[in-house]
Amino acid sequence: MAQSLVELICQHFSGAVVATHAEHGDETVVVTPELWHRVAEFLRDEPAASMNMLVDLTAVDYPDRLPRFEVVAHFLSLSLGHRLRLKTRVGGGDGSGAELDTLTDLWASANWMERECFDLFGVVFRSHPDLRRILLYPEFVGHPLRKDYPAERAQPIVPYREVPNIDKLAPFGPDEGMSFGRKTYDLRDRAEVEDDC
Amino acid sequence: MGDLKASRRDAVEVGEGAGFITTRAEDLLAWAQKYSLFMYPYVTACCGMEFMAVTGPRFDFSRFGSEAPRFSPRQSDLLWVVGTITQRQAPVLKRIYEQMAEPKWVLAFGTCAAVGGFYDNYACVPGIDKVIPCDVYVPGCPPRPEAVLDGLMLLQDKIQRGEHSPTTVTPRFDPARHPKLALHQLRRSRG
Repeated sequence: MAQSLVELICQHFSGAVVATHAEHGDETVVVTPELWHRVAEFLRDEPAASMNMLVDLTAVDYPDRLPRFEVVAHFLSLSLGHRLRLKTRVGGGDGSGAELDTLTDLWASANWMERECFDLFGVVFRSHPDLRRILLYPEFVGHPLRKDYPAERAQPIVPYREVPNIDKLAPFGPDEGMSFGRKTYDLRDRAEVEDDC
Repeated sequence: MGDLKASRRDAVEVGEGAGFITTRAEDLLAWAQKYSLFMYPYVTACCGMEFMAVTGPRFDFSRFGSEAPRFSPRQSDLLWVVGTITQRQAPVLKRIYEQMAEPKWVLAFGTCAAVGGFYDNYACVPGIDKVIPCDVYVPGCPPRPEAVLDGLMLLQDKIQRGEHSPTTVTPRFDPARHPKLALHQLRRSRG
């Protein structure tokens, strides 16, 4: 069903479609960033598509590829009952130049999802009505879901208290608290020791 | 766990032939304080479900004189921090703590509130003691209601003794280490 939709897009935007593939019955179309907005508008307005719901919009960071970010949008047609995944690739190696046209004028639900995408990945959506951070605080520097952001680098708003013995795990032992350094008990060995006693 | 009976015996001395008791003013005050903890539940995450279990009739922590919740920090003296605290919530938590009137106590409910748990990332505070002082830590993900009751009794013991150093609830026994439970034999039979 969505296969015919992919063919429809390929006919209308023959130069814009970079790649198509299907995974578990879900069709994906990768388009150039310049035509991102136009393809989305076509998907909404074309009667054969009539995608009246933008389910999700997010990005994926592939630090090794050259258009670094892949922005993904999931569409659903409530009237026709089919889905389509639309992707595009933006951004230089250092994350600069990741810019796209906003979809907020087509689906209101794009507003917060684009803000989240901007907050966590730093993808800028042109002519977005209110492009601010949505999950993190304005003082935050950087975009934490980029692969080059160190996972444990916190930027506290409230400075941590200056108290002795307040390092990360106090008052717990060094093997408690964090799952990464947790002890594993070999019950079998201990049982043998207890049997000997 | 401290011996509650022993500490009470220290606090209140019953005279020979009864009819009168002697005590010190601060002991009497501490005895009154520890059985009238007005709580401020700061519930942010999944530990809240276990908190509801503790407040419910089966475990019923009203028995310990601490059931009255006050949703104004100015009227409460025990802050229950239940669940993960994100960096963005830290100013709110700190402000609530500062608004509470002295004397005040803080109980960290669950591993996330105590040390941050597995949220070792940009978003979460690695333990509320980085932001506010904490009196009792109850580890667990989530802690069993029994552990929470242990923590509450530990806090009452600390209040009675006038002690302010942080303490941690530890298991009374570790089932994995307990020879009589024979968990190791159970595992062995399962292969």
